[in-house]
Order: sequence, then C-alpha cells, then structure tokens
Amino acid sequence: MTTDAPARPTAEQTPEAAATARKYSNLGLGRLYLRRFQRNRLGVVGVVIFVLLVLFAAFGGRFTSYAYTDADFTALTQPPSSLHWFGTNQGGNDIYACAVHGLQRSLVIAVSVSALTIVLAAIIGTGAAYFGGRVERVTLAVIHFLLIVPSFLILALVSHRLAGDWRVLIIVLTVFGWMSTARVIWSVSTSLRERDYVKAAEFMGVGPLRIIFRHIIPNLGSLLIVNLTLGVVATVLSETALSFLGFGVQTPDVSLGTMLADGASTVTSAPWLFAFPAGLVVLLTVSMTFIGDGLRDALDPTSVTGSAGGRR
Amino acid sequence: MTLTIPLPAPVPPTDAVPVLSVRDLRISFPSEAGTVAAVRGVSFDLLPGRTLCIVGESGSGKSATAMGIMGLLPPTADLRGKVLLGGQDLIGLDDRALSKIRGNSIGMVFQDPLSALTPIFSVGRLLSDALRVHQDLTKRAAWEQAVQLLDLVGIPDPRGRAAAFPHEFSGGMRQRVVIAMAIANRPSVLVADEPTTALDVTVQAQILDVLRLAQQETGAGLVLITHDLGVVAGHADDVAVMYAGRFVEHAGVEELFRRPTMPYTARLLAAVPTVDSGARRPLVPIGGEPPALAGLPDGCPFAPRCAVALDACRSDEPELRHVTGHGHVACLRAAEIADGSLDPTGDAACVGRPTPSRRAEAGEVVLRVEDLVKTFPVTKGALLKRRIGTLHAVNRVGFELRAGETLGLVGESGSGKTTTLLEILRLRRPEGGRIEISGTDVATVASGARARELRQDVQIVMQDPLGALDPRMPVFHLLAEPLRAIGRDRESIRARVHELLTLVGLDDSVADRFPAALSGGQRQRIGIARALATEPKLLALDEPLSALDVSVQAGVINLLARLKRELGLAYLVVAHDLAVIRYISDRIAVMYLGHIVETGDTEAIFSDPKHPYTRALLSAIPIPDPERERTRERVVLEGEQPNAARMPAGCVFVDRCPLYRLADEELRHRCRTEPPVPTSVAGHPGHRYACHGV
Repeated sequence: MTTDAPARPTAEQTPEAAATARKYSNLGLGRLYLRRFQRNRLGVVGVVIFVLLVLFAAFGGRFTSYAYTDADFTALTQPPSSLHWFGTNQGGNDIYACAVHGLQRSLVIAVSVSALTIVLAAIIGTGAAYFGGRVERVTLAVIHFLLIVPSFLILALVSHRLAGDWRVLIIVLTVFGWMSTARVIWSVSTSLRERDYVKAAEFMGVGPLRIIFRHIIPNLGSLLIVNLTLGVVATVLSETALSFLGFGVQTPDVSLGTMLADGASTVTSAPWLFAFPAGLVVLLTVSMTFIGDGLRDALDPTSVTGSAGGRR
Repeated sequence: MTLTIPLPAPVPPTDAVPVLSVRDLRISFPSEAGTVAAVRGVSFDLLPGRTLCIVGESGSGKSATAMGIMGLLPPTADLRGKVLLGGQDLIGLDDRALSKIRGNSIGMVFQDPLSALTPIFSVGRLLSDALRVHQDLTKRAAWEQAVQLLDLVGIPDPRGRAAAFPHEFSGGMRQRVVIAMAIANRPSVLVADEPTTALDVTVQAQILDVLRLAQQETGAGLVLITHDLGVVAGHADDVAVMYAGRFVEHAGVEELFRRPTMPYTARLLAAVPTVDSGARRPLVPIGGEPPALAGLPDGCPFAPRCAVALDACRSDEPELRHVTGHGHVACLRAAEIADGSLDPTGDAACVGRPTPSRRAEAGEVVLRVEDLVKTFPVTKGALLKRRIGTLHAVNRVGFELRAGETLGLVGESGSGKTTTLLEILRLRRPEGGRIEISGTDVATVASGARARELRQDVQIVMQDPLGALDPRMPVFHLLAEPLRAIGRDRESIRARVHELLTLVGLDDSVADRFPAALSGGQRQRIGIARALATEPKLLALDEPLSALDVSVQAGVINLLARLKRELGLAYLVVAHDLAVIRYISDRIAVMYLGHIVETGDTEAIFSDPKHPYTRALLSAIPIPDPERERTRERVVLEGEQPNAARMPAGCVFVDRCPLYRLADEELRHRCRTEPPVPTSVAGHPGHRYACHGV
C-alpha cells in the first residue's frame, strides 16, 4: 500500500471549490458508514459491550489483590463475597482474577486467529479467482479436501501433542479455519474479476498482484470486515470447546474454556464457578454478533435497515 | 421486404374525456443526504388514443412519475397528489386493489424485456395467465387469445412460438411479447418506460411501430418515457419536458420542436448531435450538471445553467403557465422567448466552438489491422464441455488508422465491434491476421519491457465510467495508477495528475473525491484523463457517450475533438449511435456479423450509403425534428441480426437484406453462395462496400 496523500487542494483554490469539496467530504464513505452503523441500535450495544469486555480484560486485574495463580487456602470453594467477588474454586483460586486472565487469553486468541484467517483466506480466495485456470482448480480442490476432513478431531490431536501453548493454538486454529471463508471470498471475487475497472487496470498494464491488492481486496472490504467479527465468535467458541475438552489451553494457564470445563462438574453445588465464565463467553459472542450484523447492514448499500427510511 | 412507411401525423386533440388525469403528483424518497424530492408537482391529462412523451435526463423524475402512476414505488417512497384513472383515485389504494387495475386498465412496458418475463413459463402461458387474471376465460380460450395477441405484435408463427420460453426469444421479440402482455386486457392507458433503450436501433424502429399499432388497436392513451428526442419527434402528440422533478415545458410536439420556449428544452435540442442531412452545426453543451434533488435551492432549478436567467429566476421558482400559441412553460421569460425577441440559448451559441476541423494532414499510421479473426467455441454440456460449433465474432476485418484521425466502428450489438477493439487492446498475437501498432507487429513482442512500451501507446476509455473507475479509490489514485504501472516517480506523478485534470477541464479539488461523488460527465472526463495519462498515440473509445445524459454528451464530444486536435491522437471509436459517430469520426467502418460491410469517409457514407445495411441503419435513427422525422422515407429492416455461430455461406446480410428480396434468381444465388468482395466506389477510392446487389 502506498502512503502518499492525495494531492491536497492548494492555496489558489477558490472559496466555492473549497465549499463543494467540503460538502462532498461531509458525505465521505467512512462517515456515511458510521452514520448508517449508528442507526443500528443493536450494533451500538454490541460495541459498548465489547469495549467494556476489553477494558475488563485489560484493567480488571487492578481492582483485586489476587493473581489468577494465587491460591487462598483459607477460602476453598467459597461463593462470591466481598473478599472474593466472584468466589473461589476448589484450589482456592480467585475466580475474578481467573476470569480477567481467561478473558484476556480468549480475546487474544480469538482476535488474532480471526485476523490471520481473513488475511490468509483473502489472499488465497482472490488469487484463485483472479488467476483462474489451473491455479483456481488446484486451490479449490485443496479447499474442498480440507473442508471434508474432520478438522476438529485433527485439531484436538495436534494441539494436545503440542502441549497446549496458546501461540500454537493460534496457528493450529488458523490453519484449519480459513477454508470456508476463502471459498466465499473466491466466489465473490469471480464476479469482481469481470468488472470494468479490473479490465481497465489490465489494459493500463498494471500487474496482477497490484490488481489483487489494490482493486479486488479493497472492494471485498465489507465482506472481510463482517467475516472478521463473525470469525471472532467462531474462534471463541472453538477455543472454549477445545479447552473444555482438555485439548486447548493447559493448566496452569487459564482461558474461559478451561474455566468452563472446571466449573461444569460442580454446576449444581458451586454454580458461580460456571456462571461467571459462561456469562463472559455469552457477552463476547453476542457483542461480536451484534457488531457483525450492524456492520453488514451499514456496509451493504442494498440493506434496508441501515438506510434512512428503514426504521419508521 | 422494404417497408417505407411514413410515420403518422400527430393525432389532433379532441374533446374526449381524459383516460388518465394526474394532479399535483409529488414523490419523495428518504436518503442519507436528506429527503430527495424526485417528483415535485406533476399534472397532466391523457386523452384516449394520444401519446404523451415525457422526456428528461436521468434523475429528472420521469421514471418515478411512471412508477408512481402504477403504484410500483418502493414502500419507503412518499406519494402525494391524485392519479385519476376513469374517475378513480389510484393513490391510497392498497396493493390488492391496485393489482386489479394494473394489467387490466393500465398496461406496462418496461425497459428490460428479459426481467419483465417470468423465465419458467412459456410466453403463451404468461399471456393467457395475464388474460385469466382479469377475465373469466377457459384455458383454451385464453390460449387462443394469446396466439392472436402474438400475431398482432408481429411474432412469426405465433401458434408454434407460444409454447416457447422467454429465453428462446431475441431481445426485440421479447419486447414484442411484453407489449402483447401489456395490451392483453385492452387497457385504457399504456405506460412505456424507456421501452427501446435496451435494443438496437433497427429493432427500436420495429418496436416503436408495434407500440403504435398496439395503441391504435386498443385506443389507449400512451405515456411514453424516453430520453431520446428523436423518438419523441417521431411518436409523440404531446411532449412534457421534465427537469428536477417538474414539468418545465408541456406542449404539442410541433410547437415544442418549432420553437422550444423553456431555455432548458432549447439548449437540450442544441446539444444533441443529429444524423440528418443538414449542415453540421456546432454542439452547444449545457454548462453545469443537473441539480441534486436533495435540498434544492430556491428559484428555478435550471437557473444556474441558464444563459438568460434573471435575478428573479434565482429567488422564485416559476409556475407552469400557459403561453399563447405554445402550451405550458415554466419560465419567467417564456413570453419573450415565444415571440422570438429573446434567444433562449443566450450568447452560449456564439461561444460554442466552430465545427471541428476536418481531417488534418494525415499523420503516420498508428494502427494497422489486417484480416483479423476471432472465434469463440460454442460448447454444450455442464460437466464435459463438448464443442458443438464456432462463433465467428470477427471475420477477416482490416483497417488502417493514422495519427490525428478518428475511425468509427458502427453496428448493432453482436456485430463484433467491441470484440475487435478488445483484440487490439490485448496486444497479443491474434487468432488470425496481423495487428500492427506504430509499425510494430504485436505478435513479435514478447519481452515485458517492449510490451509495456507498446501498452503506453494504446489506451481505452470504457463505456460505463462508473464501472470502469474503482469505487474505492479517490480520483488522484485513479489517475496515478497507469503512471505507477509504467514506473514514474512520485513527484512527476503529482505534476502529471494536475496536468491531466486541467487537460480535461476539471478542477484540482476533485482529486480527493471518490467516483461516487462525481457526476456522470465528470466521471467520463476522469476516464478520458486516465487513458491519456501515459501519452498514448491511440485511444480506443468503447461507446464513450452512451452512458451519459444528452446535456453532458455535447461537452464530452467537444472535449474529445479538442484533445485530438491538441495532442494529435488517433481515435478508434466503437458506438451504436450513428449521430454521435458522425460528429466525431473522419472515417467509418460499418460492421455486420463480424464483417466490415462498408467503409469510407464519414460524409461519403452519410450522403451516399451504398450497402443496404448501412442505408437501413441510417434511416432507423430517429431525427429530433417532427416534420422531417414523420415525412422522410424509412427502410425498416425485418428481424434481427442472426447468431454468429451459424454463418451463411454467401453474404452475411442475406437473411435481412431488402435488395435480396427484390433480386432475380441469378443474383439471389450469388448472394447465397458467394461472399461479396469489397469494391471501391468510382471516384472515392476510400469508400468501399461489400455487396453483389448494388
């Protein structure tokens, strides 16, 4: 990507021209999308919840003197109290501290997996669509093969073998998670490939990589952003599922998934062990779904709910 | 068969009761920029048997008016006023009640005939369903009526074709079916929204005749919506000119064309290139752009572009008032203009550039094409694609183009003109024949560096400027892209972009706007500027004006003429609009089914067309002058261009040729079996045509 700024209007510009320029930039794309997004109440709620969760994960630890590894042997399996806000577990760990750390871990994994997946899928999907021919056929064959492989089982085996380092988990989840997104991006790109502006660029002598990165991927922007947010939901769920089954994050590290796994066995006798991490997972997935839906409506010009007349 | 039917004279007004009365129709849509007032108080009466043409540019509210009358607006639209159909007000009726009226009392003809027909039913089924919805008929009786209707609209073998599906019909035949559906229940009002815009000119002439026949058959009043002033001149009884959501002039067709009284109408007529034999007059573009309909300023919406606007025009919007001997005009100075004391074009006409100088001294040969051949395989089957035939898109086409010269490739869609253009632009070895650019055979160019140099010499301006400009890139980056592709550095790019914007008459302030924020004319100027970025010698223009409004077209035509003069460019123009081609071309090549059937100097071809196809093509184009348009002799071609997969052995035009039908047996045999060789016209060495019969 180039970083040079577009030619700024200079001093000899007339006041009228400046006025029209301002009029147009008032309705610039970013602002337009923002306005359309703000009209979607659930989307805004999603953003608020998500921001609160991020703040909680980042700074929640400052409000307690316990670390998630500390064991308070005077308080084993205690319900929430003024000392331990979310209670403690069988080993005397403070659930509040664990929740803060687990959320942190889950968020980092989810966001980075989702971002990596999108980047990988975008490059592979658009590349297959643009080059066509043999490249396209081989790529699609690989995608289809990986899609029918029971990836969750392989995921479980591989991540268990690699001793549950969370960074390995990120890589494993990415490698087995990009295919369906790439397939969608490919099918959308096949129509972009035929657009006049892509042809025009070819006739100007612009190279294929430049066409992919300057013309095709930016025009998939809305699809990518929406998939990014929804990808976070999917990753949180699969990470918790893996950790719940004991294949994901390993003790002494804590994620929302391991907390759920620990809490599940005592859900009737000590419900707080399960309720707090479960609540956080629900909040995280719900907020990302709301944001994803809101973005989709805001970025899709044909959507009714985002447009001015939609909500009457 | 050569049909030489003059168009009928306008139907005189009668005292009949209007079949449709629209009173103060107002339509607005919500949008991001505020409420868009698409239609702002339209009123008219439509008498039975008469045709009201509503003309206007895109965004003037003409289609919204039609949709409003039929109750087909999206639910977000706000609709006010009265639409009285036989005394019943259609506004405020629910969808169920409207459905009873639509198709029964009002018939509709849409722009795109393919999407107007349900693809899964046969046309006979569609027609008989349309009949049975509104009438109590047995299936058999409805089918019989459907066959009769198909016969009426001129479908050959109607009984057999009734069982065919919409996709098995060609575009013109589909539109005939749509017209048959529209008149099935003998409606009292027909609404046709740009019925021929998606069709070729020769087919357009047929369809307009069918529409007129259908109207006579049913006695319905017709509301014809179009942007083509030639169509208006040939078919209207009354004309309403729309601008910014209002009628600005509403008069009988002859009064309107004799003395256009609203400055907008006058300027519009002065801005349209015509194909007729009159002297070539300079085109006077209307400055500025049509106003945005969100937040219109006070005053006459045309005032900012008007050459004779007064101060009062900018404060109050004039009402539509009666002007003696003319009809209704919304202009403060209508009386002055009507009695001839004021020229509505103002002094703009004098500013207009004189005719572009003809054919400067012929420069070096920029492009030479010899025997170019391009075929496409015709395949069948989804899994194992079997090749079942060959589509001869371009067949032994050859021409030469010199610097400072414009060659126009004309023909109907499917004649191979765009394919020819794209083959040249590909800069690869062609399937057959030779392509030479600036003396270099493209087949010999293999290395990347040489190919890039050649690439700089040839650039393209595409038809749809919005589609050809990446919506996510601001203008500066759009213009910088071809420069980056040839490896210019950042500083020189910045300077060149500024130069290019000045060259096409745009302000630097557009540089950081996105294409969506530009008007149609500005976008096409950016498209031209981008093509000029690398200082090419040859500019290929693929229908450069067809996506533009008439008032903007003239400006782009003048720009192209100026650039050619100043930069010594060679233009290869592909267009279906002969009127436009006549204005910008020095030479013309007429293509039919992948062959060049006639080529020569523009004036020679227009004054003395030899090939029967050229003659038909020229006469099919409507002229925006009702007197000439209705009295001149027309050659209406039958049928449509056949599929290029089944190429006739002899002359390609034989199926539709009017001369062939009149020819004797010996000549017919030659036409069928022997491809005609191009022959030169005596005395005009450059004028060649391929026909046995002339």
